[in-house]
Amino acid sequence: MTSVATQTGEGTVEARPPKPPRTGGPRAAGWARRAPLLPALVFMIIVTQLPFVATLVISFMDWNAYYPQERGFAGFANFKRVFTDVNMRDAVWTTILLTAGVVLLSLLLGLGIALLLDRKFRGRGAVRTLMIAPFLVVPVAAALLWKHALYNPEYGLFNGALTWVWRLFGSDHPPQPDWISNMPLWSVIFALVWQWTPFMMLILLAGLQGRPLDVIEAARIDGANSWQIFRSMTLPHLRQYLELGALLGSIYIVQNFDAVFTITSGGLGTANLPYTIYQIFYQAHDYGRASAAAVIVVIGTIIIATFALRTVSSLFRQEAGR
Amino acid sequence: MTAVTAPAVPKRKDRGGPWLSLLAWVVGILFVLPVLWMILTSFHSEEQAAQNPPALFAPLTLDGYREFFSGGASPWPPLLNSLTASIVSTALVLLLSMPAAYALSIKPVRKWTDVLFFFLSTKMLPVVAGLLPLYLFAQYVGLLDNIWLLIIFYTSMNLPIAVWMMRSFLSEVPVEMLEAASVDGAGLIRTLRSVVAPVVTPGIAATALICFIFSWNELLFARVLTATVAETAPVFLTSFVTSQGLFLAQLCAAAFVVSLPVLVAGFAAQDKLVQGLSLGSVK
Repeated sequence: MTSVATQTGEGTVEARPPKPPRTGGPRAAGWARRAPLLPALVFMIIVTQLPFVATLVISFMDWNAYYPQERGFAGFANFKRVFTDVNMRDAVWTTILLTAGVVLLSLLLGLGIALLLDRKFRGRGAVRTLMIAPFLVVPVAAALLWKHALYNPEYGLFNGALTWVWRLFGSDHPPQPDWISNMPLWSVIFALVWQWTPFMMLILLAGLQGRPLDVIEAARIDGANSWQIFRSMTLPHLRQYLELGALLGSIYIVQNFDAVFTITSGGLGTANLPYTIYQIFYQAHDYGRASAAAVIVVIGTIIIATFALRTVSSLFRQEAGR
Repeated sequence: MTAVTAPAVPKRKDRGGPWLSLLAWVVGILFVLPVLWMILTSFHSEEQAAQNPPALFAPLTLDGYREFFSGGASPWPPLLNSLTASIVSTALVLLLSMPAAYALSIKPVRKWTDVLFFFLSTKMLPVVAGLLPLYLFAQYVGLLDNIWLLIIFYTSMNLPIAVWMMRSFLSEVPVEMLEAASVDGAGLIRTLRSVVAPVVTPGIAATALICFIFSWNELLFARVLTATVAETAPVFLTSFVTSQGLFLAQLCAAAFVVSLPVLVAGFAAQDKLVQGLSLGSVK
């Protein structure tokens, strides 16, 4: 019964056509419909769109809080400085590496784990609950945990485990690498992969469980093996979920500040764009340059976001069309 | 369509089944291990916490928590600030998003998909780009280090998520029931209370929990826009970024205490977590 109700529920989006205004008092009816929407819409426009306009204006200004009397129009000088700044170019590169690394690794891991959890076994619900835990640790706390409790060369768990294993084999000289200094960017990436794999796993698991099982069963009866079924049926079905996971993950990880700030404080070549802009603004107080950098980041994001919106809207249309 | 919801999955032979189940358990435990390690370490003394190899079975103590709560600056004001900011902004988000979602699903305005995607697009713009204007505005009107500024920002941060989630929950209300209610002459309030509310209440709860989590976690804006008065819990945690001698047990206690509300909220919302995080596009 419930499934029937849900289906009709999903279909309702289409069942209610976006009505053209009725003939009797169309204007009043239109506004009555719009009224509940307006507070949220106006609030969002004021709080999220106006600041961007301000950023755009400031990006063309000479404005450093340390030299308040020199405020004025700067033309494209800020943009020129941002484009010629080596730190800025490094930050772009770091952001790309960080985002791509975290998204790809957590998607792959998440896919593997989702496939493991798609089977029925004892304690499946428990494992799923355990898996969510990393995502539910406050990001700063998670980054602190990795920095001090896991990576620390003297008392971190990783080197502690190495000591254990080496002792087990009778050696008193276990390797004790300084993880963060040796591989700063990877240290940040691993900590973030740990936090984001559960997110990817949840999305992909939901995708797996929406597979049409009767078709898969038919394929199995026709003699297809697991790998063939995975390649030619599961993977195409999962494609949109993989895209969705990648895009949502990218949106969040491109903006990551917490992990970079906490684990390396932007040192050792790990300063990504949000951290760099934060520094230009918070430490150098160069408002014009920070705004120019922000404008460039926004333009970059709009390019990515266009793809993201397209993916979400195709999923959305499918759902509405069911 | 029925096959998706039908629970009767045909049995099939599963070679290597036990091994895959074992692997699933091992991976699950590996992932939760750092969290368990954090909790265990928080109950160790500082000397035991800094052992290499780790002292797994060291005696348990509450010293780490005692040091965290009464050692230096009290964590209570930041924790209360976080609680205030998260709860008030979540309430505001629900207040704004529920009517909006209603106007985007049950009685849709014209071009409702465009409006929906406008909300989504605001979520994609990098927040760091709005940081400076917000800071300058706050400085100008004297709202720096004021929790209300964070509340407003967190409301705008979570409103798009809530609108999308609430819309997907509201569209689960069967259209026949709405029509039946209007045929029976039920007014708006009555329809909302007896037809819409029973269907969407779990969805509202999940939306609220997810908004709470995102507000509670936020660091960048809280760090820039607050100082001593309105400091939030994540900002308080940043005092642990640089090592300070033997402090691991205290750090783990702090990390656990600050994460506890999120862990509770997240596990409470875990069935709807995917739907929320994917903005309602995955059920």
